[in-house]
Amino acid sequence: MPSHALTTQVTVMVNGAPIVVPLGATVAVAVVLAGQACRTSVSGEPRGPLCGMGICYECRVAIDGIPHSRGCQVLCKQGMEVSSEK
Amino acid sequence: MTREAPPHFEVLVIGGGPAGMAAAARAAECGARVGIVDDNFRLGGQIWRGQSCDGQRDETTDTEASTWAERMHRSGVTSLCGLRVVHQPNPGALLAENLDGFRELGYQKLVLATGARERLLPFPGWTLPNVMGAGGLQAMVKCGLPIRGKRVIVAGTGPLLLAVAAYFRQHGAEIPVMCEQAPWASLAWLGLCLSGWPAKLLQGLQLKRNLAGVPFAANSWPLAAHGSRTLDRLTISRAGRTETIACDYLACGFHLVPNLELALLLGCAVGDGCVRVDDFQQTTVSPVFCAGEPTGVGGVELALIEGQIAGLAAVERTTEARALFGARQRARRFARLLDRTFRLRSELRHLSSPDTIVCRCEDVSYSRLQQHATWRSAKLHTRCGMGPCQGRVCGPATQLLFEWKPDSVRPPVFPARIETLAAISGHSRPEHSEVPGEHR
Repeated sequence: MPSHALTTQVTVMVNGAPIVVPLGATVAVAVVLAGQACRTSVSGEPRGPLCGMGICYECRVAIDGIPHSRGCQVLCKQGMEVSSEK
Repeated sequence: MTREAPPHFEVLVIGGGPAGMAAAARAAECGARVGIVDDNFRLGGQIWRGQSCDGQRDETTDTEASTWAERMHRSGVTSLCGLRVVHQPNPGALLAENLDGFRELGYQKLVLATGARERLLPFPGWTLPNVMGAGGLQAMVKCGLPIRGKRVIVAGTGPLLLAVAAYFRQHGAEIPVMCEQAPWASLAWLGLCLSGWPAKLLQGLQLKRNLAGVPFAANSWPLAAHGSRTLDRLTISRAGRTETIACDYLACGFHLVPNLELALLLGCAVGDGCVRVDDFQQTTVSPVFCAGEPTGVGGVELALIEGQIAGLAAVERTTEARALFGARQRARRFARLLDRTFRLRSELRHLSSPDTIVCRCEDVSYSRLQQHATWRSAKLHTRCGMGPCQGRVCGPATQLLFEWKPDSVRPPVFPARIETLAAISGHSRPEHSEVPGEHR
């Protein structure tokens, strides 16, 4: 990949607000950069990414309407709609 | 380039880290039709994450990673990324799922190279956002999370901590302290033993140079993470004293545990937390081989050797496989040295307070688990380990905390969609023949 590609950015919507991330960033990164929790736990705690590699499911969010998607395993695409899981 | 893969492989490799890539390349170079499947969107596994493993080179690429990627590419291995194996509906076939659907993959020989995950241990506040695994935060940074100017505390145990801390520093983070739970005496002994491993010694010295000025504390571990909606301070036990330090992230992992779920599902025998294999990396289930961390955590060097042996043995090139036995033995000795050095201290079993959540999926607290004698009892009564991660996080933690033994594994080994479950029960056939992200 040529190095200039790393500086290219995409914009995704996280809970309705636009977030600009570097090309190649995962959805989990976009949610952290937005300062949002990925999900709310069964007892009501905010949770963010933990393992970063698709094991723990703490970063699960709805991506373009598909619920329970692991944010760390999906790359951001321009215009993607991401919402935290309640 | 996207194209439809052959539905059946002579050798199918599960896991695209170093062990899997080496197995796939060696088998394909012998003329076999080989496929490699990985849950991630790119090959390379965790250790080579962020490096170009599609056969192209760039200035950031580890030469070893690109060498194996090129060998795979040249020998015509079919890569299936973003695809997660959830079940074996019948011997010789695996069912796998991605964001768009599911598909069946046929095989004659199977190589499991499913890698390892971090051991994550509970302590008060560990569920706060921005408390992550050590490799977990590194993976996030490799995937675009900027940490320039952020204060990152690195804690836990194992050689990964040094590499992770050096990586964060290189990317502009400030590291207020590194906490290694192992005592100085163990680390000093490791240092002495490294004279027998010049390449490792050199690596260690290079990391030490990159970490010049970063406070390194042995005999130290996290006690509690603080913050309202997100982490802002960490209390640590630092060589016997308690100290609270402001930070933006905690990167905390207690070495690695093998990913055994798929091996268990296929009926492979497991002992001492590792998949049992013979000299040729063959498991107790005859067409199934296993290489890398699942046979015992040993790092990238051992994984590459085991992967090659498994790949060669799967295509019956026993003489070439045998030539690697000596190198494997040496790499295994080093792995045992690391195990001894970074053995977990008993204090880590007592970090939780009664209300500390141990099972993060189902929010089961330490005090609720204390009422149970076995993992099975805890599962049945509290739903501990029954959430989406299926005990991948709290299982290893409760093994340390309560000495509970893990249960058998049942399909699906990962949460799966209803169409996939329908296929498992035999009511439906896979419809998706083309998988996005697939390329040769």
